[in-house]
Amino acid sequence: MTETKKTLFASGHRACPGCGVPIAVRSILNATGSNVVVVSSTGCLETFSSPIDLSSWEVPWIHSVFENAPTVATGVLEALNSKGNPNNTKVVAICGDGATNDIGFGALSGMLERGDDVLYICYDNEAYMNTGVQTSGATPYGATTTTSPSGEYSFGRDRTKKDLCRIALEHGVKYVATASISDLKDLERKVKKGLEVEGSAYIQVLTTCNIGWGFDSSRAVEVARLAVETGVFPIYEYENGELTNVKKLKEKKAAKEYLSCQKRYKHLFADEEKNKEHLDYIEQLTVQNVTKYGILASK
Amino acid sequence: MKLSIGGVCKAGESKNYHTGTWRTFKPVVDNDKCIKCGICERYCPDFCIDIKEDGCHVNLDYCKGCGICAHECPVKSITMEV
Ligand SMILES: Cc1ncc(C[n+]2csc(CCOP(=O)(O)OP(=O)(O)O)c2C)c(N)n1
Ligand code: SF4
Ligand code: SF4
Ligand SMILES: [Mg+2]
Repeated sequence: MTETKKTLFASGHRACPGCGVPIAVRSILNATGSNVVVVSSTGCLETFSSPIDLSSWEVPWIHSVFENAPTVATGVLEALNSKGNPNNTKVVAICGDGATNDIGFGALSGMLERGDDVLYICYDNEAYMNTGVQTSGATPYGATTTTSPSGEYSFGRDRTKKDLCRIALEHGVKYVATASISDLKDLERKVKKGLEVEGSAYIQVLTTCNIGWGFDSSRAVEVARLAVETGVFPIYEYENGELTNVKKLKEKKAAKEYLSCQKRYKHLFADEEKNKEHLDYIEQLTVQNVTKYGILASK
Repeated sequence: MKLSIGGVCKAGESKNYHTGTWRTFKPVVDNDKCIKCGICERYCPDFCIDIKEDGCHVNLDYCKGCGICAHECPVKSITMEV
């Protein structure tokens, strides 16, 4: 075994070159430390970290099926508690957006409703990537995927991204936050905070996927940064239902700057006149985010 | 490759699998330019980079050649070469 850096998530994992997910996972585990049990749903993270005989996890980790990670997390917690949980071991779920928004949504809703003491982190690459880029509830408006293909009769995904953070808030979740791989200190701080609250916490972290989104692997962090700087993916924190922290911007960049560097939106720019209504709508959504969360720093 | 009974393995055993064989381009660091900011170290998805006193070191056993380190380096001390 070659000498490697001390991380709780090991090198040798099989994520595509430039994948945003391991960048987030390493930071998440930096923040949790080793006194944790991690639960994952089926998806890229599960697949690339656990081929037979080659686990990348250096903390206890469990995967069952696609739809039940929140339930498994509750079970792990109950098992720990039944033994008195003497070391105050934390339970963290790290699951994809497909699992979170759609297939494991019922299980997640139940867990949040009960308020089980689990930190649930959705790594959001905005589609079902492990099976080859299908639309999920987290896929944004206008993006082309294999199940929302752009073409003569379609401009790509025809609805907006589901707002899972709002849904978590409606469950009365005490800590809800978004983060991006473009700011890992912020992610680590939020994970620590999410662990501190008693009861459920929900964090959604934007993890770029150069394969599904279509950009050069070297730009993985830059694209995540652009999502934040254009207002496409606002970065905020809710504590006890109140908006307590927002990542401010000096100025908002145009959504176009983010969209035009990804192949999943390429069709919108092939005929900008024809797609003006869609491009304008996406820009409008980002302006709404800026207003809603008070993103612009006052001069 | 011989599989273990029940697929049991040690924690972090993926380190036995050297993803460096996937690579086309490799990062080459000019340590005269490196300011040891640690940005590449944080963003490398394969945890290959170590910032030491004498500068930036890349573990080519695992580097997949994604180019994030070169792209994010604020002083352009890393170039991707064949
Ligand atoms: C019930 C069920 N339906 C479908 C699948 C096939 N499947 C495996 S991984 C995956 C995609 C996972 O998407 P997501 O949760 O977004 O994670 P990602 O792969 O994008 O990281 C699908 C559809 C499955 N394993 N189980
Ligand atoms: S398909 Fe995307 S999310 Fe999945 S491992 Fe590859 S880059 Fe990462
Ligand atoms: S090219 Fe990618 S994998 Fe290789 S050291 Fe740079 S960031 Fe890491
Ligand atoms: Mg996904």
